[in-house]
Amino acid sequence: MTDKKTPLLDELEKGPWPSFVTEMKKAAEKSPAAADLLLQLEKSYRDRKGYWKHGGIVGVRGYGGGVIGRYTDLPEEFPNLTEFHTMRINQPAGWFYNTDALRTICDIWEKHGSGLTNFHGSTGDIIMLGMQTEHLQPAFDDFSEAGFDLGGSGSDLRTPSCCVGPARCEYACYDTLDACHNITNTFQDEIHRPMWPYKFKIKFSGCANDCTASIARSDCSVIGTWRDSLRIDQDAVKEYVANGLNIQERVCDKCPTSALKFNPETKELTVNAEDCSRCMHCINVMPKAIQPGKEKGASILIGGKSTIVLSAFMSWVIVPFMKMESENDYEEFKDLLNRIWDWWDEHGKTRERIGETIYRLGMSKFLREVGLPAVPQMVFRPRANPYVFWPQDEIKK
Amino acid sequence: MAKIDIGPPHYKDMLPPVIKENYGKWRYHEIPRPGVLKHVSENGAALYSVRVGSPRLISIDFVRELCDLADKYCDGYLRFTSRNNVEFLVGDESKVEPLLAELEEKGLPVGGTGASISNIVHTQGWVHCHTPATDASGIVKAVMDDLYEYFGSMKLPARLRIGLACCLNMCGAAHCSDIAIVGVHRTPPRIDHEKVQKGTEIPSLVASCPTGAIRPNPKTKSVVVNEDKCMYCGNCYTMSPGMEILDAENDGCAILVGGKTSNARSVPSFSRMVIPFLPNNAPRWPEVTQAVRNIVEVWANNARQGERMGEWIERIGWEKFFDLAGLPFSEKLIDDYIFSRETFRTAATFKYSKN
Repeated sequence: MTDKKTPLLDELEKGPWPSFVTEMKKAAEKSPAAADLLLQLEKSYRDRKGYWKHGGIVGVRGYGGGVIGRYTDLPEEFPNLTEFHTMRINQPAGWFYNTDALRTICDIWEKHGSGLTNFHGSTGDIIMLGMQTEHLQPAFDDFSEAGFDLGGSGSDLRTPSCCVGPARCEYACYDTLDACHNITNTFQDEIHRPMWPYKFKIKFSGCANDCTASIARSDCSVIGTWRDSLRIDQDAVKEYVANGLNIQERVCDKCPTSALKFNPETKELTVNAEDCSRCMHCINVMPKAIQPGKEKGASILIGGKSTIVLSAFMSWVIVPFMKMESENDYEEFKDLLNRIWDWWDEHGKTRERIGETIYRLGMSKFLREVGLPAVPQMVFRPRANPYVFWPQDEIKK
Repeated sequence: MAKIDIGPPHYKDMLPPVIKENYGKWRYHEIPRPGVLKHVSENGAALYSVRVGSPRLISIDFVRELCDLADKYCDGYLRFTSRNNVEFLVGDESKVEPLLAELEEKGLPVGGTGASISNIVHTQGWVHCHTPATDASGIVKAVMDDLYEYFGSMKLPARLRIGLACCLNMCGAAHCSDIAIVGVHRTPPRIDHEKVQKGTEIPSLVASCPTGAIRPNPKTKSVVVNEDKCMYCGNCYTMSPGMEILDAENDGCAILVGGKTSNARSVPSFSRMVIPFLPNNAPRWPEVTQAVRNIVEVWANNARQGERMGEWIERIGWEKFFDLAGLPFSEKLIDDYIFSRETFRTAATFKYSKN
């Protein structure tokens, strides 16, 4: 441990929430790089700015991504941060671990890196934070030997992630873990060797509660839903009434499509399935009494991304309902992805996300060229202007 | 040579027996106390998930400590949530209380369920990023210390999701959060011509500017910036280290509110800016923590049960929100970028307010 002081960071060891500074200090006892990181961060706190250079190209054999180069701006002051790269390790679906696997990760990271990690990064990977170039290949070799692989980085398919799904959630409308694992394995080349205009993220949420925030955070959101009627257990409804739940106020009045009717005499709750838009509110309030329907699948949405450059986009519907079943190996979904990527590859500009490419060239062109039929579920409302790009074959010549 | 493209370990090897046996058979869940979820399967089996907040930037010692706890109470299994919480998966009900006692002893916070604030999703900040306008972990620590009481209780009107992104790249995708804290720059890039000449593709740099403020300058083999057009997004700096955008004196945080990603009741929505700038007052960002607490409390005191931040504001109207929160309104909060028109009030109906 260093004898230099970190008075500003020490302030962040106070208070009840677990402190990242304490974590950095623990790592600093074993790793000179972590010790320098603490001191560089203290300088950032004093000067109110970051001290990292732009990344350089580093990597391991056979991969085009998965490692992000990181170098300090102040190598003379903090020599142990001269190389301080990040390695992304693909997490198991649903972020489940046994302790053997976690301890193995810790041992490898103790041997090769700073001892600092994120469980997990924003996209879903385990983030190994801070290692020297010469350790990259040996660390990867150890991870590979232990059954772990790299995640995505750069202009490639980023590591897909999923919600807890049927492993622990009664709302899951498809097997998010199986879908995520299967599709991740199918597209290893796309994850590990960047070849596209820009990054592409996929997130799998089992229902419209969207616990992976897929609609905001992924280029392709796969959100579980059903196409028959939600199921209501009237005995359980009566139990909720007996326990004091005001069903009219808390459930029916909040239903966005007024699809639910509660009869206070008979204490029965009924749904008009045709009106239900499957938002999950009633199920969230009364999970014992209301379940999703039986004919389950997912809605596929496209284009979600954050602010840079054209503004933040939320994904929009391109397939209202698709079966998501392991029996057919998710063929329909994979086939759609391949068509979308081919189209984007052909039309996208450098550093243009798929949503921006579609926005620039038009939804109608995108739908036509990837072979998706236009349906009203794709829009909140139709266009208000008359500027239709008419296909030439529909015009008399 | 090591094997490549093996993909992630199989999740089935990571599932505790109670989950393997009841996979896809869960029937309902309850929250017996804040931070503890009880899932019951069709055949009556129960799983207790004990949710614990983590600082996200953690040491391997911390991970090993989690492993010790999981070995002791959960047959060696645990998981992490999409918000950097840890979940201990307890199949044996009699082990829940002892686990909770040991967590308390270790100072690990249990909570983040139901109508609470969950962990703040955030980015790397000064710890490890090259474009940050603010730190991430430090603000998160300060805000979570301040709102700690709302993590381990469920007394808010609804769940509260806070996200923090340390620059407009928004790796933390904070843009659909109940409260988003976003690092912002306020000054145009300062060009280091030597760096631009050395390692930058000029056409890509020019194309990276969303407002067309950057033009090539063949004379200097570099670029010029039309500062009137620059909105300080920093996209050029991502393309070239010669477009220095970090500015210690002028960088800081904006606060946006009212976003969500869930479809429940109302459609997912973007967070909207309510405070354009707060200073980077390290180490504890008192202006930011105070602003966040104020917004949380105004919502908690005024919203109806079950109303997310944005649902409440949309019901009462944004003009009333600024009154209730005591926040000044200014032209900085009116969008003047490309999708602005849809935010203008094209109706004669509104409420009067003090602002």
